Amino acid sequence: MDEAILSLVIPLVGALAILCLSPWPNLREGATLLSACALVAVVGMILRDTLNGQVHDVMLLHFAPGLSLAFKVEPFGVMFSLLASGLWVINSIYSIGYVRCNALPRQTSFYLWFAVSLSATMGIAFAGNLFTLFLFYEMLTLSTYPLVVQGKTNSDKAAGRVYLGVLLGTSISLFLVAILWTWTIAGTLDFQLEGILRNKIGPGMMGMLLALFTFGIAKAALMPVHRWLPAAMVAPAPVSALLHAVAVVKAGVFSIVKILVYIFGIDLLAQTNSDNWLIYAAAFSVIASAVIALRQDDLKRRLAYSTVSQLGYIILAVALAHPIAVIGAMFQILGHALGKIILFFAAGSIYTVSGFTKISQLDGIGRRMPWTMAAFTVGAMCVIGLPGTIGFWGKWYLLQGAALSTQQLFVIGVLLTSTLVSAAYLIPIVYVAFFKSELSPASSYGEAPWPMVVAITVTAAVAVLLFFVAAWPYQLLSLLKL
Amino acid sequence: MMGFYIVLAHSNMIKKLIGLGIFQTSVYFLYIVPGKIVGGTAPIISSDYQVYSNPLPHVLILTAIVVGVATLALGLALVVRINEAYGTTEEDDFSGRDEWH
Amino acid sequence: MALITPHFPLLCVVIPLFGALVCAVIRNNRTAWLLAVCSALCSFLCAVFLFIHTKDYVASYAIGGWQPPLGIEYRIDNFNAYILVLISGVGSLSLLYTHDTIIEVSLHNRPWFFVMVLLCLTGLMGMTATGDAFNLFVFMEIASLSSYVLIASGKKREALVAAYQYLIAGTIGATFYIIGIGFLYISTGTLNIADLTSRLASIKTTAPVLTGVGFLIVGLSIKAAIFPLHAWLPNAYRFAPVPASAFFSGTATKVALYILLRFIFGVLGVQFFLGAFGLYEVTITLSLGAILFGSIIALFQKNLRRMLAYSSIAQMGYITLGAALANENGLTGALIHIIGHGLTKAGLFFVAGNLLARLGSDNITDLAGAGRRMPWTVGSFIIFSFSMLGLPGTVGFLGKWYIALAAIERGSLWLAIIVILTSLMTLLYMGRFIETAYFPSNDEKTKSLAGSAPWNMGLSLAVLTGLCLWLGIDTAILTDKARAAALFLLGTSLQ
Repeated sequence: MDEAILSLVIPLVGALAILCLSPWPNLREGATLLSACALVAVVGMILRDTLNGQVHDVMLLHFAPGLSLAFKVEPFGVMFSLLASGLWVINSIYSIGYVRCNALPRQTSFYLWFAVSLSATMGIAFAGNLFTLFLFYEMLTLSTYPLVVQGKTNSDKAAGRVYLGVLLGTSISLFLVAILWTWTIAGTLDFQLEGILRNKIGPGMMGMLLALFTFGIAKAALMPVHRWLPAAMVAPAPVSALLHAVAVVKAGVFSIVKILVYIFGIDLLAQTNSDNWLIYAAAFSVIASAVIALRQDDLKRRLAYSTVSQLGYIILAVALAHPIAVIGAMFQILGHALGKIILFFAAGSIYTVSGFTKISQLDGIGRRMPWTMAAFTVGAMCVIGLPGTIGFWGKWYLLQGAALSTQQLFVIGVLLTSTLVSAAYLIPIVYVAFFKSELSPASSYGEAPWPMVVAITVTAAVAVLLFFVAAWPYQLLSLLKL
Repeated sequence: MMGFYIVLAHSNMIKKLIGLGIFQTSVYFLYIVPGKIVGGTAPIISSDYQVYSNPLPHVLILTAIVVGVATLALGLALVVRINEAYGTTEEDDFSGRDEWH
Repeated sequence: MALITPHFPLLCVVIPLFGALVCAVIRNNRTAWLLAVCSALCSFLCAVFLFIHTKDYVASYAIGGWQPPLGIEYRIDNFNAYILVLISGVGSLSLLYTHDTIIEVSLHNRPWFFVMVLLCLTGLMGMTATGDAFNLFVFMEIASLSSYVLIASGKKREALVAAYQYLIAGTIGATFYIIGIGFLYISTGTLNIADLTSRLASIKTTAPVLTGVGFLIVGLSIKAAIFPLHAWLPNAYRFAPVPASAFFSGTATKVALYILLRFIFGVLGVQFFLGAFGLYEVTITLSLGAILFGSIIALFQKNLRRMLAYSSIAQMGYITLGAALANENGLTGALIHIIGHGLTKAGLFFVAGNLLARLGSDNITDLAGAGRRMPWTVGSFIIFSFSMLGLPGTVGFLGKWYIALAAIERGSLWLAIIVILTSLMTLLYMGRFIETAYFPSNDEKTKSLAGSAPWNMGLSLAVLTGLCLWLGIDTAILTDKARAAALFLLGTSLQ
C-alpha cells in the first residue's frame, strides 16, 4: 500500500483499536501512542522519499468525470503531515496526563475522535486535488465536533452549534461553490505547480474566486469567519491544543496556501495583483484580533484570539505572492504550531492543578510551576517571533517577502505593530507569573503531573532546537521550484 | 368538469365522492362518444354491414367503470370508518382536532 | 430457464399478484409473511435480470400473443428496467421489514396487509413495465386503491382521513390522466406508447393533443406529488404504517414521475417540452419552489415522519429540476437521484420505524438521547443524512453533482449554486434530529428503554445503508445505466 494511503489508514486503525480496547484504559492509551508513533514513522518514510526525489501519486477512486479521490505528495504536505503527526505523539502524552487528572468522562470517545481527526488531517496534507481536499476538510470538521461538545452541557452544545454551523455553512456555501466555479472554468481540480487558472479567468473574477476560497475555508479563521474559534474554547485543553496547533486551523491555512500555490499559481497572482485585497483583509485580521486578545482576561480566550492574529500572518504571507514569502508562511505554520501548543499545554496544566482560568489569577505561579512557566515563556517567545525560537524564522522570511512586495511600507508597518501587540498580550503573563507575589499564598498546588510536564518541556526544547537547524525545513520547502 | 367542481367545493365527504363519480362518468362519455363512427353499426361481424363502430372504447370504459366502482366503494367504506372515529363527515370539523395540518 | 426468460417482463408483474391472491387465503401470519417476501424477491430477481439484459436491446412481450399495436405490449428498455429494480427491491425490503412489533397493523389482519402491499407492488411494477397507455391506467388504479387501504390501516384515526384525502386527490389525478389519454387516443387511434410516439410526431401541436397533454401532465403531477400538487403526501406518509410509508416513499411518487418523463421525453420529445407553453421555465420555477418549500417546512416539524415527508417533496424538486434541464447530464442526474432518494428515504423511514418500535415514539423531542440507546440505527440515520446532504461517498451526491453539472451546461451557474446552497437547509433539519439524538438536554423519555431492533428490521435497514454507501462509491453501476436511459430518452426526442 502506498505510504500516503498508509498514513490515512494508520490513525483509523488506531481509532478502531481504541474503540475495542476501551475497557482497558492503559491498553487503550497504548493504542493511541502506538498509532501516533507508527504514523510518524510512515510520514518519515514519505519525507525520505521526497528528499530523494521520489514521487507518490495515487488515485484511489473515481466518482464521476473530473472527480476522483487522489493523493499527491509534495513538500508542503510533507511538512504539514510531519508537524501534525509529531504533535499528535506529544499531544497524546499530554492528554493522558490531563484526562486522567481531570477525570474526564467519555475518555474513549475522546481518544477515538482524536485519531479520526488525525486521519482527516493526513488526507488534507496529501490531497491531490481540490475535491479530495474538500472531502477530508469536511471529515475533519465532523470528527472534531464530538471533541468540542465533550462536556454535553448546554453551553457546550451551543458552542458546538456555532462551531459546526460556521464551519459547515462556510464550507458548503463558499468553499464548495468556489470548487464548482473552478471546475467549470478550468475543467480540472488537480493541484498543479503552475496553477490551473492561467488564461482562464480575468483578474476581477479571480479576486472574487479567491474571496470565496479564503472565506469558505473558515478553519483559517480569517475575520469575520473566525467566530467558531473562541466558541470552541469550551473544549478541554488537549482538544484546544489539537484545534489550534495540530490540526484544525493549520489544516485551514495549509489549504489556503495549497490553493494559492497550486490552483492559482504564485506567478499568476503576482502578475494580476488580484490578491491585493487579501493583503489588507489579512492585515486587518492580524491587528484587530491582536487588540481583542489584549482585552481578554480568560487565558484560553486570549490564546484563541492570538491564534486568529497569527493565522492572519500566514494568509498575509501567501497573499504577497512571492516564493520567499510563501516559504515564510510554511515556517510560520511550523512556528506557530509549536509555540501555541506549548501555551495551551500550559493553560491546561495550570487549570488542572489549580483550577485557574483567568490571567488575573496567575500571579506568582511561576514559582510553583517552574517547568511549565519556563516552557510558557519559550512558547510566548515563539509566538511573538523572537530569535532563539523557531517562530523567528517565519516572521523573518515574511519580512523579506514584504520588502520585495509593492506594499512594503504598509506590510512592514503591520508586522512591526502586531509584533508589539503580541508581545503586549503575552509578556505580561510571564512577568506576573515570575515577578509578582501570589494572591493567595496558602494554596497548595505544585507542578503539573509528569506526563504533562514532559510533553511541554519536550515541545519547548524542539522549538528552540529548530531555531538552530532551520536549514532542514528550509531545504525541504525549497524542493518546490516556485 | 362539474364533477370536479363538486369535489373541490363541498366539504362533506360523501358529497365529494358523488362529485368524483360524476367526474368519472364524464370521462366515460369522452371515450365512448368518439367511438361511434358515423353510419357505423354495432361491432358484431355480419355480412350485411361494412362499417362498424369502434369496439375498443367500450372495452376500455368497461374497465374504467369497474375501477370507478371499486374506488367509490373504498371511498364510502373510509367515510363509514371516519364517521365511526370522528362522529362527523364534514371536513371542516377536522382541522383543530388531533394533529392536523 | 430459457423457457421462462422471455416471460420475465410479465412475470415480474404477475408474481406479486399471485402472491397476493394466495396470501389472502392464508391465516397464519408467519406463512403469509414468508410468502410475501418470497414473491417480492422473485419479482426483484426478474427485474435484476431485465436490468442486466436490456443494456442493448428492448425486451418486448406481447400479452396473450396479440401483437402490438393492437395487443397490449410489455416493453422493457433501459429506462423501465432501472425503475423496476428500484420498486421490487424496496418492496422486498419493506416486506422483510414488517414484523410483529409493527403494532400499527393488528395481528388479526396481518395477512391482508401483505395482500395490499403485494397488490400495490403489482400495480407499480405493471405501471412501469407496460407499453400500453390504458393498461397503465389499470395498474395505476390497482396501485392506488391498495395504497389507500394501506394508509388507512395506520394506527391513529387521522390515517383514515389521510387515506380519504389521498383517495380524492389520487382519483382526480388518475381521471385527469385518463382524460389526457382519451384525447391522445382520439387524435391518433392507438394506445400503445411506442406507436403513439410515431403517430404523434406530425400532429403534436394540434389543440386536442395539447389539451390531452395538459391533462396528462397535471394528473401525473398530482400522483407524483410535484409541488404545488403535493398536499396529500405529508399526511399519507405520516399516518401510514411504517413499512408502507417506507415503500411509498421509495416508489410510488417515483413511478408517477417515471411515467411523466416517459411521456414528455419519450413520446412527445424534448423539443416539444422546451417549446410548448413555456414548460421549461415553469418547471424550473416549480422545482425550486418545491425544494425551498419542502426544506423550510421540514425544518419546523416536530414529528420525524412528517419531516421526512416534506423532505421528500423537496428532493422530488431536485429530480424535476434535473429533468427540466433536459440535457444528458440533467436527465442522468435526475434518474440517479430517483434511485438515490428512493433508497435513502426508504431507509430513513426504516430508521423511524425502528425508533418507533423500540422507543415508542416518532416525535423528535421524545426521541432525545436515542443515539445512545440505539446506536446502529441512529448511525444509519447519519449515513442517510450524508446522502441527503449530498456528501461524496454516498449515492445522494451523485445525483446532485450531475444536476449541478447540467445547470452549468445550460449556462446557469446560479442554478448550480442554488442546488448546493439548498443542501444547507437539509443540513439544518437533519442535523436537528441528530443533535437531539446524541446530545439531549432532557432524555428522560428514552432513558429506560433500550435494545436493538428485531433482526429483520435491522437487516432491511442495513441493506439500504450499505447500498447507499456502495452505490455512492462504485458509481459506475448506477451512472452507466442512468446515462443509457437518459440518452434513450433524449434520443427518441431527436426525431
